[in-house]
Amino acid sequence: MTLTTDKEIKHPEIWEILEQVKDPEIPVISVVDLGIIRAVDKENGKVIVTITPTYSGCPAMSVIRLEITTALLDAGFKNVEVVTVLHPAWTTKWMSEKGKKALREYGIAPPLDDQAGEIELFGEMPAIQCPHCGSMNTKMTNKFGSTPCKSLHQCNDCLEPFDYFKCH
Amino acid sequence: MRAYTSYEPLTEYVLRCADNTLVLGHRISEWCGHGPILEQDIALTNMALDLLGQSRMYLKYAAELLGHEETEDSVAFLRDAMQFRNSLLVEQPNGDFAHTIVRSLIFDSFHYFFSEQLIRSKDQQLADIAAKSLKEITYHRKFSSEWSIRLGDGTEESNRRMQTAIDDLWRYKGELLTPDEIDNEMKEKGIGVDLNLIAPSVDNYLSQVLSRANLQLPQDEFMQKGGKQGLHSEHLGYILAELQFMQRAYPGLNW
Repeated sequence: MTLTTDKEIKHPEIWEILEQVKDPEIPVISVVDLGIIRAVDKENGKVIVTITPTYSGCPAMSVIRLEITTALLDAGFKNVEVVTVLHPAWTTKWMSEKGKKALREYGIAPPLDDQAGEIELFGEMPAIQCPHCGSMNTKMTNKFGSTPCKSLHQCNDCLEPFDYFKCH
Repeated sequence: MRAYTSYEPLTEYVLRCADNTLVLGHRISEWCGHGPILEQDIALTNMALDLLGQSRMYLKYAAELLGHEETEDSVAFLRDAMQFRNSLLVEQPNGDFAHTIVRSLIFDSFHYFFSEQLIRSKDQQLADIAAKSLKEITYHRKFSSEWSIRLGDGTEESNRRMQTAIDDLWRYKGELLTPDEIDNEMKEKGIGVDLNLIAPSVDNYLSQVLSRANLQLPQDEFMQKGGKQGLHSEHLGYILAELQFMQRAYPGLNW
């Protein structure tokens, strides 16, 4: 098994199908752009897709496993296995630029690389750009949001609330 | 699930990790719909979910070690209180918000330094689970630390409630940091964490937070123990009565 973050490798036809499988909670980003597909292998006619969980308790993971299997079965692969590996632990750094753009267009601010403010006690978060009006004048309203991967923010200019996909 | 009275040392060790996270996750989930304000209700349920997710990884591993067709579900739902290996701290009731925060502060401080070391375990499964959990634990510790400071350094009443919670719960800290035979054996094998090594970091972290929060470290050094060995307070039975109800009433029930 080759762990990889890029996909110009083996079995492009399978990667293409995986591009169509979306995160059930954020249906604009594919599992490939989310960065959770670690490897695609074929052994004796069996397709083995290796994925890594985002957050330990994320309930979307079991749906994602099911949807990957269904998509590959629908595409004609008879024998499909989805394997979950914990190591190396998933990070938002594996999210693709295309994925981040899709998030922003959907109204979710994509993760920044700067995590310092999220770790220090009472640390200031870096300015998060409002995905609705583009203003940098925003504030965090809750570190925890509607799903484990998001925090809640509000724009001080257009006043719209929005989700931010936390660094992880 | 068989009626185990004791387990192999590694299984004991994994169950301690699994049960700490399962029981605390369950306790915190009891706040769902009852949080003091909506934002904190969401925060608490998020953390309960993280803990449950971490517990599932440990439970799966424990089930593998137990063999006999055990699964993460059978291990969680079909053991009785004496077979649980969580520390006494995590089974203590939610009490007021101060008690919930202090319980988490003590556990998160321990859990952070414990997991940071467990990443170096020679047991690859434990190392992977610890690495996966650490970022989540970092968020949890930040949450419980900030609330401790905010409430301890808040009004007269919030300070009094926080001090009461610390005085009530401090006696359960010792068990987390005091090695027993299992801890020693796992440490010798390079699998487990050296609790004597992390104890000063945990104590130092806690005293820094309490000092910023204008709260006093309890002077009474008495520490209650027993949870790790399966000797629990009466609270665990009530937790299991709720947690395990479905599988006890309808054995083998599936979604």
